[in-house]
Amino acid sequence: MDSRRAPRTVIDPKVRQVGFFAPPDRSQSVPLLQNSNSPPSPPLSDLSPSGNSLSPVMIPPPRHLSDLSSRAVPVGFPPNRLLSPLHRFSGESVIPVGSYNPSEFASPSVGDFFEEKNAQSPGPRRSRGVGGSGKFASSLPAGGFELPPEVKPKSLTTVSVVSNLQPNVTEKVGEQSNESQDGRGANSKPLKEKTSKAERRALQEAQRAAKAAAKAEGNAGSGVANSVNTKAGKASKAPVQKKDNVSVAASEKRGGERMTDKDRKKDVPHPRMQFDDTSRVEKAKKRAVVKQTEVRNRVELFRHLPQYEHGTRLPDLEKKFFRLNSVHPAVYKVGLRYLAGDISGGNARCIAMLQAFQESIMEYSPPKEKALNRDLTAKLNSYVSFLIECRPLSISMGNAIKFVKSRIANLPLTLSESEAKTNLLSEINKFINEKIILADKVIVQHAVTKVRDGDVLLTYGSSSAVEMILLHAHELGKKFRVVIVDARPKLEGRLLLRRLLGKGISCTYVHLNGVSYIMSQVTRVFLGASSVLANGTVYSRVGTACVAMVANACGVPVIVCCEAYKFHERVQLDSICCNELGDPDAILKVQGREEINDLKDIANDENLQIPPTSVPVIVREFRKDQILI
Amino acid sequence: MPDTHALVNDFLNQLKKRKIEGSKATAKLTAELLRSVISQQRIPHTNQAGALIQAIKAIGEQLIAANPVEVAVGNIVRRVLHIIREEDLSLTTASIGGLSLHPMSDDEDNVDPDDLSAAAVAAAARSTLRAPSLQTLLEGVPHSAPLHQSSSSAATDKNSRSRKLKHHVIETVNELIRDITTCHELIAEQAVEHIHHNEVILTLGSSGTVIEFLCAAKEKKRSFRVFVAEGAPRYQGHTLAKELVARGLQTTVITDSAVFAMISRVNMVIVGAHAVMANGGVIAPVGLNMVALAAQRHAVPFVVLAGIHKLCPLYPHNPQVLLNELKSPSELLDFGEFSDCMDFGIASASPLLHVVNPAFDYVPPKLVSLFITDTSSPCAKMQPKARYALDCKD
Repeated sequence: MDSRRAPRTVIDPKVRQVGFFAPPDRSQSVPLLQNSNSPPSPPLSDLSPSGNSLSPVMIPPPRHLSDLSSRAVPVGFPPNRLLSPLHRFSGESVIPVGSYNPSEFASPSVGDFFEEKNAQSPGPRRSRGVGGSGKFASSLPAGGFELPPEVKPKSLTTVSVVSNLQPNVTEKVGEQSNESQDGRGANSKPLKEKTSKAERRALQEAQRAAKAAAKAEGNAGSGVANSVNTKAGKASKAPVQKKDNVSVAASEKRGGERMTDKDRKKDVPHPRMQFDDTSRVEKAKKRAVVKQTEVRNRVELFRHLPQYEHGTRLPDLEKKFFRLNSVHPAVYKVGLRYLAGDISGGNARCIAMLQAFQESIMEYSPPKEKALNRDLTAKLNSYVSFLIECRPLSISMGNAIKFVKSRIANLPLTLSESEAKTNLLSEINKFINEKIILADKVIVQHAVTKVRDGDVLLTYGSSSAVEMILLHAHELGKKFRVVIVDARPKLEGRLLLRRLLGKGISCTYVHLNGVSYIMSQVTRVFLGASSVLANGTVYSRVGTACVAMVANACGVPVIVCCEAYKFHERVQLDSICCNELGDPDAILKVQGREEINDLKDIANDENLQIPPTSVPVIVREFRKDQILI
Repeated sequence: MPDTHALVNDFLNQLKKRKIEGSKATAKLTAELLRSVISQQRIPHTNQAGALIQAIKAIGEQLIAANPVEVAVGNIVRRVLHIIREEDLSLTTASIGGLSLHPMSDDEDNVDPDDLSAAAVAAAARSTLRAPSLQTLLEGVPHSAPLHQSSSSAATDKNSRSRKLKHHVIETVNELIRDITTCHELIAEQAVEHIHHNEVILTLGSSGTVIEFLCAAKEKKRSFRVFVAEGAPRYQGHTLAKELVARGLQTTVITDSAVFAMISRVNMVIVGAHAVMANGGVIAPVGLNMVALAAQRHAVPFVVLAGIHKLCPLYPHNPQVLLNELKSPSELLDFGEFSDCMDFGIASASPLLHVVNPAFDYVPPKLVSLFITDTSSPCAKMQPKARYALDCKD
């Protein structure tokens, strides 16, 4: 794809360094971090920015690269992550972890509402800075890589086969399949259904042959380890639909990426890919850009979920940064940040992704003979599949992607390229503003009425919506106490605790096990959600259900705060059928205390359900057009 | 006497500083301590049992005051007192039996009133020692029968009786210690009745009883898997899992937050307890209330394993506070991390940040399906309401 773009000027290596190497003071802290394994690497709070002005009593927390934003890497993660150059990005690209910083979007009505949370890096935000780095990164493949010459022939062969079957399809067939069994990239055309099995098999064979050829060449071409499959995967980017099928279907969001054509039956959620089927898993792995290693021991209960080990591919991916020309660098970066766990939380991830898309749209120019919207959709699909491989999509991201795709499809064809692009960019901005920022504002305004003086509010983990409510209520002058319940392995509550303490809210910090003890003192429980499903079930961080259940048992009202764009029409009965598995090692390593373990089987859940009976009230914005598009 | 004082003080210090881990260890040490106290105690010739009882009571009060949360101490003290009374009674009845050849002769008129009264006293006392049953209630025997030394006992028997009393008491206390030590086996014997094939069991934290229970089932070739919730902030679940894996059980470690997610796929929850109160409520390691609520919601049986030394006759009033301990907050939050936040306070000069780290949880009796203990009596398994039937008196 990138090879079709106009070649960019090769930028001076000096400029390149700016994007990739940390400013000098940061790099000095890195060796500090290497030596210290056990002490946690806490974020610096806004209150002691320089780190030199510590009173003698205080133990200076070890600084690390993510210090720039007040939201930082959750402390539970192993320090070796921090050595990656990825984290030097965080200096310029300030996407806050755990709670997004809405002031980034500079909408005046909102700007006065939200405070500037980040004292460290004012002003220049990630968007333009990254654009610069993005440019030269993509220039590199133009200069003498062995990959691009390989891409072309393969894509040509596959295109030739594909075009026989589906003349309307460009070689960037991306997209959506509703059925995972159906290997043919579902195009929005009903032609797809008419594709017979024999034809599909022929196509498959051709693609396999293409891949085998690519593999052979890949072996000869480079000596990079384990790159054979990935190269083949990248080389056969054209039949990207297969990968999309498999990996899209594998994500949490169901019926996720919609057809651009609304004629398709859009209300029937298709069955997601079940990972028990080893043949399908093998196929998926071969196409994967992100090569994830298998978990050592698979827990039987979760065999239907993607079994991945997070974070182990980070150094590998970073090496490939310059050579991964099929994915836009901004998207690549966002994907890596997901992988590393830098960005977490539905809103933050969604906004980061949308901004990356904005970047890529800005720099995108369609090839001469291709229509803008289809080509762009195809490219977007490839980005999405890459992001999925880094980390399964959250429901908020899924809905946002749906939105973007529908906007692309609805672009009037008479628009010129630049007009179309500006249109899209403004649409995405509007989405972010309306659905996320303003939505949060409405939620907060409504929810603060539920906070009275003398309240003891309990919250679980770190939710951006709840945090905003608490901060706003505090600004309004209400007197209340907050109880933050935290749980392993993420221990996100600590970040929220730090932020609230910085604002002067009196907090109590409890572990999840102690919630029954503290619940007798609590008057209200505020919870955030990753999504609310069609039967009223709340889908949220693992452990939320425990909190809601104990609150219910003690008769404490539970209030769930969720923006409407996160609502989803699927249904889920319990937490096992659809979930995201986390890193088993995160359970093994108890940060700060060395527990030696050689455990046989480890299970790890990311998200968890709250059954509808425990949540009596849903606070969301009131809008007429709820579910978008 | 100086020996016992030193021993007692030693033990008191250990209790106060919470050096002893676990109710079983505490119970055993208490029993041993009381045994040595009894053996060292010089008792007068008259009212021996009374003297012993006084001595034990005094020490017992000190012990209980040292660590009120550790109810096993009080349980053992009460049991030792009970043993003393029991032994004394049995000796009394034996001596009475020896004195009067026909305690219940056909000829009612010739019966010695002393013997009758002594026999009646003995019978009454015996019945108070037994579990209250319909028969005893209908007999109308007063429960609080005073224990008198029978004045008709021969003086010559006194010395031998005194030695015998101590001897018997110490023997019985030894039995008690043995019971405490082997409570796991007795409980584990019942494992086969509860764990069958292809079961999934959930537990939280670590308990020796649970380990033995599960391993006993495994030895009987029952196939099952175990989910172990790690039980932060002590993370004892990790050690339990390691132990189980060493014994060949398929184990999965989950975080406490995942308990609700996993419990829908679980057949049974088996946990150990710290103490079982008189109403059937359970003082358990922190986090088990949550597990019990989740189990109730998913209709999963919640089984509590408790040795007999954990059964306490007290009623829990406000157990979350009174029978709970708050441990160090450093287990939750590293002080160094948040030291910069600690400097700030609000106008009322109280610190902004509180960290709460309770050690125990109270599980109300309605959440518990079954108790399994190691009594040798036929009612080895009890429902919470039937707890009242246990004889464990002051």
